[in-house]
Amino acid sequence: MATQHSRSAARLMLTPAVVLLLGWMLVPLTLTLFFSFKKYLPMRGDSLDRGLDWVGFANYTRFLSSSSFWPSVQTTLIMVGGVLLITVVLGVLLALLLDQPIWGQGVVRILVIAPFFVMPTVSALVWKNMLMDPVNGILAHLWRFFGAEPVSWLSDASLSSIILIVSWQWLPFATLILLTAVQSLDSEQLEAAEMDGAPVLKRFWHIVLPHLSRAITIVILIQTIFLLSIFAEIFVTTGGAFGTRTLTYLIFQRVIDSQNIGLGSAGGVYAIILANIVAIFLMRIVGKNLDA
Amino acid sequence: MGQIQLSKVSKRFGDVEVIPPLDLEIEDGEFVVFVGPSGCGKSTLLRLIAGLEDVSGGQVIIDGEDATAIPPAKRRLAMVFQSYALYPHMSVRKNIAFPLRMAKMDKAEIDRRVNGAAEVLNLADYLDRRPGQLSGGQRQRVAIGRAIVREPAAFLFDEPLSNLDAALRVGMRMEISELHKKLETTMIYVTHDQVEAMTMADKIVVLQAGVIEQVGSPLELYRTPRNTFVAGFIGSPKMNLMTGPEAAKHDAHTVGIRPEHVAISDEAGDWEGVVGVSEHLGSDTFFHVKCDAFPDPLTVRAGGDLELSYGAKVFLTPDPAHLHRFDEQGLRLG
Ligand SMILES: Nc1ncnc2c1ncn2[C@@H]1O[C@H](COP(=O)(O)OP(=O)(O)O)[C@@H](O)[C@H]1O
Ligand SMILES: [Mg+2]
Repeated sequence: MATQHSRSAARLMLTPAVVLLLGWMLVPLTLTLFFSFKKYLPMRGDSLDRGLDWVGFANYTRFLSSSSFWPSVQTTLIMVGGVLLITVVLGVLLALLLDQPIWGQGVVRILVIAPFFVMPTVSALVWKNMLMDPVNGILAHLWRFFGAEPVSWLSDASLSSIILIVSWQWLPFATLILLTAVQSLDSEQLEAAEMDGAPVLKRFWHIVLPHLSRAITIVILIQTIFLLSIFAEIFVTTGGAFGTRTLTYLIFQRVIDSQNIGLGSAGGVYAIILANIVAIFLMRIVGKNLDA
Repeated sequence: MGQIQLSKVSKRFGDVEVIPPLDLEIEDGEFVVFVGPSGCGKSTLLRLIAGLEDVSGGQVIIDGEDATAIPPAKRRLAMVFQSYALYPHMSVRKNIAFPLRMAKMDKAEIDRRVNGAAEVLNLADYLDRRPGQLSGGQRQRVAIGRAIVREPAAFLFDEPLSNLDAALRVGMRMEISELHKKLETTMIYVTHDQVEAMTMADKIVVLQAGVIEQVGSPLELYRTPRNTFVAGFIGSPKMNLMTGPEAAKHDAHTVGIRPEHVAISDEAGDWEGVVGVSEHLGSDTFFHVKCDAFPDPLTVRAGGDLELSYGAKVFLTPDPAHLHRFDEQGLRLG
């Protein structure tokens, strides 16, 4: 059907959407690039009207040489990796569990999806004040009930706590995608494997997991995109203290706390580069699952 | 060895009794075909034998040993599924080797058996492909290969040819029969196609609504159907069944005559009728003749040379030696 005529017509009709999307992306990207080469400190009286000083790569070298840069990259990667690991592993298990015929299946499924509908700020607050508070939190009560010393989650185990909170939010997403994949598995394949002498665990390893690989890839790709920009959960709980400052959060602090827009923009460009490195990496490792 | 015995085996799904208690014996080395209309419980019966479904009552006895509580993997049965159920992410070689790997067989023996099966089934050139890159017939062969490498006590086939086109089906039918002659292993084969049943079976089991209507060799079923259901189901085209005064003449509630046992003539005969649709197969021609004596048209087989135009007046004469008589319950008389 793709005649010359219909192809050019298609291009013509796509143009408005493409132009709009491109503008949407290009304007902020260009502005970020522009600011990253300028000295822009609004508190010191710099403004666009008066013209900004060109500083070359000074912002870039300063951002890179700051003692917080590499730790923040590391924190970002640990956080993203930790959440991915927890959500994928638990997501697969939950999906298998939810696929079993159980009583009240509909209600259980809605309950499982529920955390996804809670706004990140709200869920972080609930975790911080209701569950993880070292004095009044439910976990503190539980610890005391068993005669243990309550843990100050958000200062002593801060990074793990945030990973836990974010995993709780993203587990429903992973479970949902994986559940649809589990349901699409041909039951005759499992029966064939059963007759071929594969016990439950081997059936999982040789049949179910390969079948899920495509869905797992999708979960990892989509979640990574969103997890690289985690912000609200950190802002609400630790405010970037106790080793929870991710690259995103560092940029925020540079721009808002230090009011150094040029430096923050340079950080933004580094974040774009990091995101692309991660994306290429993922595409290489898991992306080949998508074109099978 | 592959002797299978079903004793009072029944199956219910919730309140629905799909298979009322039934008994059946399958001898070692036999090619048994379960045939019956769709939904009559053939697959369920096969799955009960395989152990993929639990029986609701009765016993499955394999080689004299009660296998009712033995899990499917330990029953030494191999199954070929209707959808082939190949593992899509594994190469053909890995698919065929899978049961052997699960049995922790050593690598050299696995290679020997896989190559042997590939040889027998003409799959040697495709061993490194994925199932998705094979045609329907080749996938079927891979599924059979995966079954034969295990050297099971019996093979179970569930409508293995129903996804193939007609020409391929005839070829695969021969290959499976050939395989049976070579391996001399018990095979249980499920189909809804009576032609497959007639051409392949040593023994046919005709099922209707979970009940065994008749068990016997193809020719027994053809010559002496036990009731009107079997009479109508076995044979192609179907047997003509007639009730009313014509049946009463023969002291029966229903009489049946196969299309090949009716003589057609344009001069004289027992029943007068008018030719309707004719189906020309070349070697034979099937005429559908509307007789005044019967509400339904009769099917008559004649030689391929006979040409009769639509609406022509003809006379039919049944061969009395091949007339089947049935009582009110549909059971065979005499
Ligand atoms: N898992 C099941 N749950 C409920 N009913 C079933 C199940 N499997 C099969 N049945 C019913 O049992 C009957 C026989 O099915 P089946 O053995 O698949 O028929 P066949 O293979 O002869 O076409 C059908 O009426 C079907 O609806
Ligand atoms: Mg079936």
